[in-house]
Amino acid sequence: MLIEKYADRIEKTFSKYPDKRSAVMPVLYIAQEEYGWLPDEAINEVADICDMDPTQVRSIAGFYTMYSEKPKGKYWLQVCTDLPCALRGADKFHKELKEYLGVEEGGTTDDGMFTVEHVMCLAACDKAPMLQCNFHYVENLDMDKMKALLDEWRAEAKEDK
Amino acid sequence: MVEERLILLRDKEIPDINNYDVYVKNGGFDALRKCVSDHSPADVIQIVIDSNLRGRGGAGFSTGRKWSFIPKDHPVKYVAVNADESEPGTFKDRQILENNPYQLLEGSLICAYSIQATAIYIYCRGEFWDLAHDLEACIEKLHKENLAGENILGSGWSCPIYVHLGAGAYICGEESAMLSSLQGLLGQPRVRPPFPTQVGGGLYYEPTVVNNVETLANVPWIINNGADAYLAIGTPESPGTKIFCMSGHIQNPGNYEVPLGTTIGDLIELAGGGQNGKKLKALLPSGASGPVLPLTDEVLNAPCTYEALASLGSTLGSASFIFMDEDTDMVWATHRMMEFFKHESCGKCTPCREGTHWLKALMDRVLAGDATESDVERLEVVSIQMAGKSLCALNDFAINPVLSTLKHFRSEYDAYLNGEGAKAASKKPVPAKA
Repeated sequence: MLIEKYADRIEKTFSKYPDKRSAVMPVLYIAQEEYGWLPDEAINEVADICDMDPTQVRSIAGFYTMYSEKPKGKYWLQVCTDLPCALRGADKFHKELKEYLGVEEGGTTDDGMFTVEHVMCLAACDKAPMLQCNFHYVENLDMDKMKALLDEWRAEAKEDK
Repeated sequence: MVEERLILLRDKEIPDINNYDVYVKNGGFDALRKCVSDHSPADVIQIVIDSNLRGRGGAGFSTGRKWSFIPKDHPVKYVAVNADESEPGTFKDRQILENNPYQLLEGSLICAYSIQATAIYIYCRGEFWDLAHDLEACIEKLHKENLAGENILGSGWSCPIYVHLGAGAYICGEESAMLSSLQGLLGQPRVRPPFPTQVGGGLYYEPTVVNNVETLANVPWIINNGADAYLAIGTPESPGTKIFCMSGHIQNPGNYEVPLGTTIGDLIELAGGGQNGKKLKALLPSGASGPVLPLTDEVLNAPCTYEALASLGSTLGSASFIFMDEDTDMVWATHRMMEFFKHESCGKCTPCREGTHWLKALMDRVLAGDATESDVERLEVVSIQMAGKSLCALNDFAINPVLSTLKHFRSEYDAYLNGEGAKAASKKPVPAKA
């Protein structure tokens, strides 16, 4: 149960706002951290915590791109392909990355390691091509750098096991 | 060559200014102390009005006047800092937040003092995950130093600062959508009036000043140096410096801070000219949402001010300058911007929800080489029907790329219509037909 496991963080979140409902976004992040994505079970817990209807919580989760409504790979790679990045080679990079990992747009590698999808502008246009990996920015990329990083993440995942 | 004038991007001169002690050593929090000890809240508002600081989020409204709209005797008032920087081509607020966060916090506190705010909320876009957590550490430091929180500097005025993370929605950069999102409602624009500064319109329906990060980061300098000193930089209608986000086909992309009134040509020179020496063809001066300008001599010699860009038929907006070189396919570029607006329309207002869908579908058809003359006419008809018919400006932003490329680069659409563009398009990945 989120309310027990993350009691301190949830309490601290509530202290920032005059009402419980305002905590729905931060609490959704906590739920996603715990479950890896947002299954109905997570939505129901968030609804209880924030005193909301599960349908309202689901509509919030569906409105934003950083809440995941289906399971993702261990490393969720979101490549910016908006115009400024595209003018500096983001489309080619995005295509080569998918080919290298053997996934379609939005797909996850068979080993469950990497999900690749494109996203809208990430405010890093001067450092294109770039992506965010589990919400951390990785910038000034090319496929050589990317391959080295993928190896690094694979090794990191092995150590975690 | 034109030189940078650093009021906001002081991290270029003082790399460790994101450290509290370094910020203080370089005059940090002198302005806040001066306000609390020497100036009444009304004095502070008057100084900012006199400086003619204009909102850097895009609209260019007088910052001091906005502060003056807050009803003085109302018990609960807020400052909401808009750090939801999401316009394609904009990455200036991010540099301030990352490299000079205390200057933003000081400016926010001065604003809060001037309206005697109850609390400050900083709405950071969710993708700024790492920097938002660093910012929280800075805020904790200010609470410890008695510069935020209870009884600030012994003045009897209390004001905590909180960070709220968004989760990926362009529309939350629109001020009323941002306030709704913070309240745990869907991030969709509200009907105005009441405006955020009025009772019923702000955060939790209390009077609220919503200011952009760059706007507030100017304020400590204005307090320290006075309104006249600020007015001496830039032009009388557009005083001060501005951060220009230079991206696309420019040799050295990045943020450049120069006085307003610097010409577009000088800015290009400062950023090293076209990428790999190529000739630049077009400029989007306000990201995806402002009309595109062909880089004619008239445009190159134009001063970057709110007025001059408007008289050229575009807008300075947030000064996110996206450059495109002579080889850029403007139809492809317009299509990419339509994908953005279709994705980011929040769906509340029908003209925007349906209009962005149809503009994207028509652009799909043009890019695939399947469009007829009447499809191109329909692009114009749909755009004109959308204009001015929604609660916020996203609707009007979305039609700008279409109408302005049709105006300035019509021959590129014609090439697609007679089959030439389609051939060129076959070399690029073509999206599925709508």
